[in-house]
Amino acid sequence: MADLKLIKRGAEAELYRGEWLGFDAIFKRRVRKAYRNADLDRLIRSTRTSLEAKLLSGAKRIGVPTPVIYSVDLHKTEIVMSYIDGTTLKKLLPDMGDAEINVIFSVVGDCVAKLHRGGIVHGDLTTSNILVINGKIFFIDFGLGEYTESLEARGVDIHLMRRALESSHYQSSRLAYQSFAEAYSKTLGDGAEEVLRRVGEIRRRGRYVDGGRCMVD
Amino acid sequence: MSSVRYVLGIESTAHTFGCGVVSSEGVVLSNSKSEYVPKAGGIHPREASQFHAANASATIRDSLSVAKMDLSQIDAVAFSAGPGLGPCLRTGATAARMLSLMAGVPLIPVNHCIAHIEIGRVACKEDDPLIVYVSGGNTIVSAFSDGRYRIFGETLDIALGNCLDTFARALGLGHPGVPKIESLADEGKVFIPLPYVVKGQDVSYSGLLTMAIRKSKESDPNDLSLSLLEVAYGMLAEVTERALAHTEKPSLLLTGGVARSQRLQRMLESVCREHAARFHVVAPEVAGDNGAMIAWAGYLGLLKGQEIQVEKSFIKPKWRLDQVEVPWRT
Repeated sequence: MADLKLIKRGAEAELYRGEWLGFDAIFKRRVRKAYRNADLDRLIRSTRTSLEAKLLSGAKRIGVPTPVIYSVDLHKTEIVMSYIDGTTLKKLLPDMGDAEINVIFSVVGDCVAKLHRGGIVHGDLTTSNILVINGKIFFIDFGLGEYTESLEARGVDIHLMRRALESSHYQSSRLAYQSFAEAYSKTLGDGAEEVLRRVGEIRRRGRYVDGGRCMVD
Repeated sequence: MSSVRYVLGIESTAHTFGCGVVSSEGVVLSNSKSEYVPKAGGIHPREASQFHAANASATIRDSLSVAKMDLSQIDAVAFSAGPGLGPCLRTGATAARMLSLMAGVPLIPVNHCIAHIEIGRVACKEDDPLIVYVSGGNTIVSAFSDGRYRIFGETLDIALGNCLDTFARALGLGHPGVPKIESLADEGKVFIPLPYVVKGQDVSYSGLLTMAIRKSKESDPNDLSLSLLEVAYGMLAEVTERALAHTEKPSLLLTGGVARSQRLQRMLESVCREHAARFHVVAPEVAGDNGAMIAWAGYLGLLKGQEIQVEKSFIKPKWRLDQVEVPWRT
């Protein structure tokens, strides 16, 4: 574990690349935040590390591609996982044509439906948290996720993705969401309509959104 | 439009009735205000609007006299058209329409959130900062992209200032609440766990407020104030940090009434340091709601032909930041 190379300083963790028992690995360390109260900081980092490890392997078990976990250290708040040699969807999206967007977001929709069906919400479905490699996608960063089957949590999960699309990729957001919703409904089946209706409702709860807070559709 | 030199702005979205004059260079020549303080509880929209109607004339006169001007020297009148409380907005809009007709100059509708952003941006001279806008009514993390200020994160329920003010009232600390909570927090020692709710890029303060008030009966007020601020500001700092990492903006601008909080400033400054971003905070005189910021945003809008006929100058109580075209930026 001698040669760790810092490859990304994210918002809440530092990512190092190195070798773990001969495997090409990512070391994700949640670092202490100087701006936060020390007790609160400790609590947030250890809960999220443990939860993320559980969710990453839980997701894989239900057929959603994620990195393989090699090791978890709650004291160092570190997860060691397999290195995925992919590119973030955030980087690829601006150069994608409509057909490609349709294909990739159908896959995203299918995977998110599988997660939800398996009782997992991701909690931070931005295009930075989806890696693409040869047309296959991997989900990373489950630190804000949870094990839940609640309609509200599923709705919020999708609402946040839609909003992230609109703020970062305004041009393609409509098509992307459409493809997503279609694939999500197809995979999830009966419950999907209810979830997507809730997404609309959550959106209207936002401050000053047209249509008001208490109107239905 | 190069002949436009002075713009007068009227602000009346909530408890402040403000009138300010700015020059085309972005210099604030006057910024008068009168503030409605409820006898008990939060803002009562009708009472606030009656207060504004009673104080409008004196505030406008004061603003012109401080700027050493009379109405004939004003080249345009801007007003806060939303978002805000309907009755309050209508009072300000009525005053602005009248001034515009009296002076025979263009009337410009201004989005209140845009005004908070632009008054901060002109002073910090940053072209493209990440915006953190926090006040009694709004909590927004925003960045400019594709012709508009896009919303990266916001509150899912109540605003940060609203949360803190309500807590202050529950503790009987009075108004304004934030400085009082902060001085209690300075004496706090023990951290009391409270609901820390971050969902993706968004925050939620309503559960935190409920829990903080519930715990106020059994906890030391200093410790509770410390914990409330650490959790409330910590949540905002976290989504801000994520937005900085995601957008890779070179700088951050903290604006809105709660921007005056030094504890929050320190926290966000620390976030910026970790991401090598420049940190700026709006000047305290133009942090809270005020007329000068409306005047300045109105000037920017006027340059791009955003004037409006009096007959069409409706208020927009639910005018979201990301619905507004921002043609003066590219």
